[in-house]
Amino acid sequence: MKKILIADDEPNIVISLEYLMKREGFEVLIARDGEEALALIEHEAPDLVLLDAMMPKKTGFDVLQAVRQKRSALKIIMLTAKGRDTDMEKGRALGADDYMVKPFSTRELVERVRRLLDQTESPSAS
Amino acid sequence: MRRAELQLWGAVGLIGLVCLTWLAVAALLLWAVLDPQDWATVLGALGGRAGLLLFLWAMALIPVHAALNYLVNEYVRAPARLAEEARMRLESNDSRPVEAKGSKEIRQLTNVINDAIEQREALVKAMDERVSEAGRRTEQEKARLAALMSELTKSVVVCNLDGRILLYNNRARLQFKRLSRSGAVTGGNELMGLGRSIYAVLDRKLVGHALENVQRRLKRGAASPSAQFVTSAASGKLLRVQMTPVRAVDEQGQALADTMTGFVLLTENITDEMHADAEKNRLLGALTEGSRASLANTRAAIEILEDPAVDDELREKLLAVIREEIQGLSDRIGELQRSSSQALRSRWPLEDMLGSDLIDAAITRIESALPVRATLEGDIDTIWLKIESFSLLQGLVHLADRIHHHCKARWISLRLQEQNERALLDLVWTPDPDRDSEPEMNWENEAISAGEDRLAMTLMDVLERHGGDCWIEREEGADGTRCFFRLLLPLAAPQEELPATTFQRYEGRPEFYDFDLFQSDNRSRKLDDCRLRELSYTVFDTETTGLNPAGGDEIIQIGAVRIVNGKILAQECFDQLVDPKRPIPRASIPIHGITPDMVKDQPTIDEVLPAFHAFSEETVLVAHNAAFDMKCLEVKQDQTGVVFDQPVLDTLLLSALVQENQERHNLDDLAERFGLNILGRHTAIGDAMVTAEILLRLIPLLAERGIHTLGEALEASRKTWYARVKY
Repeated sequence: MKKILIADDEPNIVISLEYLMKREGFEVLIARDGEEALALIEHEAPDLVLLDAMMPKKTGFDVLQAVRQKRSALKIIMLTAKGRDTDMEKGRALGADDYMVKPFSTRELVERVRRLLDQTESPSAS
Repeated sequence: MRRAELQLWGAVGLIGLVCLTWLAVAALLLWAVLDPQDWATVLGALGGRAGLLLFLWAMALIPVHAALNYLVNEYVRAPARLAEEARMRLESNDSRPVEAKGSKEIRQLTNVINDAIEQREALVKAMDERVSEAGRRTEQEKARLAALMSELTKSVVVCNLDGRILLYNNRARLQFKRLSRSGAVTGGNELMGLGRSIYAVLDRKLVGHALENVQRRLKRGAASPSAQFVTSAASGKLLRVQMTPVRAVDEQGQALADTMTGFVLLTENITDEMHADAEKNRLLGALTEGSRASLANTRAAIEILEDPAVDDELREKLLAVIREEIQGLSDRIGELQRSSSQALRSRWPLEDMLGSDLIDAAITRIESALPVRATLEGDIDTIWLKIESFSLLQGLVHLADRIHHHCKARWISLRLQEQNERALLDLVWTPDPDRDSEPEMNWENEAISAGEDRLAMTLMDVLERHGGDCWIEREEGADGTRCFFRLLLPLAAPQEELPATTFQRYEGRPEFYDFDLFQSDNRSRKLDDCRLRELSYTVFDTETTGLNPAGGDEIIQIGAVRIVNGKILAQECFDQLVDPKRPIPRASIPIHGITPDMVKDQPTIDEVLPAFHAFSEETVLVAHNAAFDMKCLEVKQDQTGVVFDQPVLDTLLLSALVQENQERHNLDDLAERFGLNILGRHTAIGDAMVTAEILLRLIPLLAERGIHTLGEALEASRKTWYARVKY
């Protein structure tokens, strides 16, 4: 079973995302801040992270940067309320696999998660 | 006997001699032609009458003398005298006519000369008139420029290429006062002053960079090159600066395309604006990002809820999420509306205006447009409004018109007050007693008509642009019921205004400019080699508790003025009382007039001395009997850490140098000798002003003695007897 880490300090979105990912048959891990997210990534080795950009202690961008510095190929989708082009650009530059601006469609999120996980299973296909 | 007389007598003698010779020759001829008998008869006839002959001869000389005297007077002395008088008139510009004397010809000549004198006088008069007319025009233009500058709402500073300030306006003076660290003591005068360096406020590199940009654009032929930068001043305030060049001017007065002689800086304190912008950004950020997050949470919850497999517990949780997010969203919008109504208001050019100015303008407009008497009710505090006055005034006239026509009001009073960070502007009138109730009023939603002007907008439109509102109220007072139409308007922060007394100390308009400073100065030269008349001075005086600074007497007042380019900058003075933190001896109070009450709550020397140091930076210090004043400053060196290491000139020593035969050189005597009026003698600022005037008069006298430079003046001062006095 694939593991999805939901890193977001907003419990109201976490409820929905947790249900959504579990319904899709994933194992769900939850982190409430950037530091907790990094710890879970290291110890639980999730297959994909839904990473909120604005979190306490360490921002989503900090987490992303730390992960990519370790040359990890972990799939990361940035979720953010910031819709500025520069933030999107920054996320992509730091190595986010995808970037979704809130409010997003849950169906589209699931599709993107599936697509990224499929790539992990068949790396030659990309 | 005068030489002319002698000459005349000489001439008479000569004529006499000639006559004698002629008589002798005649006698000789007679003797030669007559036979001896006849000759003897002649001799016999004349015999014994030789004395009579001699007498006749002498008598004949009297008319000769008279005739000669007449001729000399008429034809020799008269032209010589005429020549002298004409020369005198020529050299002394004396326009009195020369008295016509002498012969007819000489008198004619005199008349011609008098005509010439008259013509010259007329020409001189005409020339003088033209010069004074031109001078008047220049003065008017200067006054107009000064008035214009002082009215500008932007700070204007003009500098030469060395960064020396040669013009600034009132707004700049106020702004720099706010930027000054010791503004309370110096009034910002240590930063803003003619001849001071702009680099005391603005980073030299930043200005240099802007200057390079402007120069590059000039060289490329740009028509109106300018550069802009934002900088933070030492006090932490943010300044937006726009630089434009002052082009060099050729002999015909035409600006040269690519040569600069200085630059104009328009500076604006944007600290508040930046704070407002930051607040605006924060609000917008909170609105967009916060709302996005809330919408995301809500949308996700709704989409999950659509799933029939959701159990009751989760359903309840998701519904709670939706309720919470909607509440959050509405709270956020509410907060935004409350706090951002000003920041996010539409971009009308709202300007800061003094409430009393708006009321005055409204009264004038209403009275000229309608047969209504408009008056101000109550005292207006200094309320500053942030408004667009044109449309607001039109709106007020529109309201007054409706009040007049519908309520038959012939008297409307206006009042303005401040309440809950808003301004309340009321148009008050007494309702028509013949009517039971006021007619239905919807005036604020009618298109504004003010006299013949009709606007496309309503009063409500205008008020909405101001973030304001309006309504009608009734009030019961001693005079019965009154109605008032209340307008809610935004307040502005109080403006930087100088108290009116600031300019009253010295008569006349203060000089905020000196275009002579465009000329390159001598700052690159060694100070000692600089000419006295070109140097900048800080002329100062101290009042103290006594005459023994080393023995514990303290400074209680420092007064100083600067001299730049040979002019006393009276408006840039330093005048500060100092709390000596010790009693002021009763005996000294009649001398300086400073009582203990006056120095109470004044800054101490620890605050005043650094401010005075900044004020006197880059100048030569001057005082009368400077040894005493310098000692007063020197004894405070350790305590304050302030060292005055610039050169010091002493007007007492300089006076002793140029007026060595005078016994007394105290300030009163010098002032009297130079014909100076002393105002405020024995106040520090009064004495400093007199000392400055004296210095300016001493400089040319020193030059006559070959003392031209600072080095020469210092050297000569050291050699005077007075220089031996120590404190």
